[in-house]
Amino acid sequence: MTNSFLLDGEEVPFTPGQTVMQAASAAGKYIPHLCWHPDFAAHGSCKLCTVKIGGRFATACTTRAAAGQEVENGTEELIAKRRTLLQLLFVEGNHFCPSCEKSGNCVLQATAYEMGMLSPHFDHFYPDRAVDASHPDVLLDFNRCIMCELCVRASRDVDGKNVFALSGRGAKSHLIVNSESGRLADTDFAATDRAAEVCPVGVILRKRVGFAVPIGQRDYDAKPISQKAVEKLADSEKEAG
Amino acid sequence: MAAMNIESILDRHSREAHRLVQILRETQDALGWLAPESLTAIAEGLDIPRAQVESTAGFYSFFHTRPLGDYRILFSDNITDRMLGNQDLMRTLCEKLWLEPGRVAEDGLVSVDATSCTGMCDQGPALLANYRTITRLTPARIDEMAHLIRRRVQVGDWPPEWFHVEDNIRRRDVLLDHGLAPGEALAAALDRGPTGLLGEIERSALRGRGGAGFGSDIKWRSCRDAWGDAHYVICNADEGEPGTFKDRVLLSSYFDMVVDGMCIAGFAIGASKGFIYLRGEYRYLLDRLETRLAQRREAGLLGRNILGRGFTFDIEIHLGAGAYICGEESALIESLEGKPGKPRIRPPFPVTHGYLGQPTTVNNVETLALAALIAVKGGEWFRAIGTPASTGTKLLSVSGDVARPGIYEFPFGVTVAEVLEAAGATDTQAVTTAGAAGSCLAANEFGRRIAFEDVPTGGSIMVFDQSRDMFEAARNFAHFFAHESCGFCTPCRVGTAVNARLMDKLALDRGSPYDLDEMEKMHHLMQGASHCGLGNTATIALRDILAKFRPAFDRRLHSPDYEPGFDLDAALSQARRMTGRDDAGAHLTDNLSAHAGGHPSEAKP
Repeated sequence: MTNSFLLDGEEVPFTPGQTVMQAASAAGKYIPHLCWHPDFAAHGSCKLCTVKIGGRFATACTTRAAAGQEVENGTEELIAKRRTLLQLLFVEGNHFCPSCEKSGNCVLQATAYEMGMLSPHFDHFYPDRAVDASHPDVLLDFNRCIMCELCVRASRDVDGKNVFALSGRGAKSHLIVNSESGRLADTDFAATDRAAEVCPVGVILRKRVGFAVPIGQRDYDAKPISQKAVEKLADSEKEAG
Repeated sequence: MAAMNIESILDRHSREAHRLVQILRETQDALGWLAPESLTAIAEGLDIPRAQVESTAGFYSFFHTRPLGDYRILFSDNITDRMLGNQDLMRTLCEKLWLEPGRVAEDGLVSVDATSCTGMCDQGPALLANYRTITRLTPARIDEMAHLIRRRVQVGDWPPEWFHVEDNIRRRDVLLDHGLAPGEALAAALDRGPTGLLGEIERSALRGRGGAGFGSDIKWRSCRDAWGDAHYVICNADEGEPGTFKDRVLLSSYFDMVVDGMCIAGFAIGASKGFIYLRGEYRYLLDRLETRLAQRREAGLLGRNILGRGFTFDIEIHLGAGAYICGEESALIESLEGKPGKPRIRPPFPVTHGYLGQPTTVNNVETLALAALIAVKGGEWFRAIGTPASTGTKLLSVSGDVARPGIYEFPFGVTVAEVLEAAGATDTQAVTTAGAAGSCLAANEFGRRIAFEDVPTGGSIMVFDQSRDMFEAARNFAHFFAHESCGFCTPCRVGTAVNARLMDKLALDRGSPYDLDEMEKMHHLMQGASHCGLGNTATIALRDILAKFRPAFDRRLHSPDYEPGFDLDAALSQARRMTGRDDAGAHLTDNLSAHAGGHPSEAKP
């Protein structure tokens, strides 16, 4: 049996050890995701990449590809689930796209457009989350955090600093930084850290460069994330290769 | 002073980072709370990032990173406590102490709050006073408690009878009537040898008693066959399902059977180390169990060269800190390693990659005690009890509207009606058969049988008579899951919070059929999309109650059509307070305003 599986009826090759997400991405197929990033270990928490494999729900980023698997991805059932997940993330935090510096470059916003989310649907939680502007080069706006832990992984696994962690439980989960004062300025975080550029939403923002690229000319303003994500991955592989 | 305390605690735990939960608990016991500088000192002492320490400290309900008073009173808030009047008692205590629930007194003396089920449903209402269990609360006890707190009498000097916990065993069968001496089962297991023992477990068809019913022989064999530097046995005593208290009784009065079972599991899988993960609510058992373990070591029934037969196995007790999710085996292992109790990505499963990445078998307290019984009596004997697919007996924790709440040991296959009859239930409206996480049966289903193939249960049987409002049971469960979701995955973290809000909206008579449809939608999302069993089961009881007891919801619907949750007149109350006005002109005279406000969900991001 050849090393391939079916993604919405199309054959996708894989190398042993690859997850469904990795194999699909390498083949230029888009499976929606927020917490997955090709450079980091899978986390499996956002659940946006929920697919159906052999009739059972599974996250594409944590499930190993296997020969002959039949994977459903773009069905209306799964898109509706993803739309609801996105709506839950929008009402859980404080997301005001028109005034957000990340608008147009935001993975959450772009994925919501991709999934046809037209309103947040649920009542907003309006959590009270203070902004941390203590660091000279970087601003933390916790209002937009979606608990994907990409910054946690980047700081721990690439920067070797452990600047970020999640604390709290359930709906009280929140991002913390590695200092007694709770201020980013009192950690060893630097604007050159990998963690400074990995946030898919608008939590970790560089100071003094806001709106340098006008809204309307940004990544996902030009192309939908389903195209852009695949192109970005291909570009990064060219660089690496 | 604080620094010295922390240093000695760290030394006692050999400065091992995976003992962080125990270190935090002991630090809090010594210093009253977990201050920012204490977390820094612990991080430095363990040589781990401070954020990692704060992450764990912030996860567990029983750890506090702000001072919560010299007296911390936590009322058990299971639906059975509510049915016994805990809310009035809590209000009374708060009034007597001039407090609001959840707030610390101005003088820093005391705080009063609610906590998830403390496992005392057969003798509630119950509370934890500085994490010590007090049962059978009455208005008189609450009155005296307020006096004791105001006079600053130490909790240890409160009336000893308040702390008394009864076993309340109402029906005994093969396990509760075992008649074996400590170590007898272990000796029988050693005689059989690992292979012979595993054969008996296989013949017995023993299935896990936590609720999922996984075959014990398969679990033990997979663990035994897995390669590793060490193998571990974990006894899951994080009995957190609302309405369950059977493990409390096994640990209190059948502890030698449990320890024998753990040693037997260790012998079967080739382990020399075991852990008991004891839920934080059972703190009162800790010293007693430690003493019993020490006695067994002296008697040659634990530790080196057990029974002089060359088998070495020792046990350590790890105390939890208030987190239902730690009953999930991979979350339990995370907690045991000093981390927040968030379930791991599986596979790999604990039997191959468990505690410290080594092969680990996690078994329920009752499963281990039954394994000890099987080691003596044999698999065929056990298999003859119960039903073909659910062999042996099951301990049921029965509480709620029954004359005789307590522990009932029945062979599998017993009908719900027989259990109700034995417990003296009359005029029963509903029975939940798996706590907050399983189905809720209506009267026409009481002929069904307790068995994995019909009504599976971890042992929580809560009984509701005709006088009860099943909507309140559903609302209690919705809040329970919102409080206990670990927060790792989106559907469970936000979905449980949405459900709790919808139920509160209905409770305020502001709901509409739309809200009921929303809960149905949340059920379909969380089933399948959630990361672990908690999220996958969090809506089952809610949905069952909604389906079978619909009138309890319907009478709360403000109108059969769409109705906004926003109340403009109520929103003006703050302005009225600020301006000191309460005249007619400061109120909206008709209800039109409520319709003009529009639905909040119409707002764009």
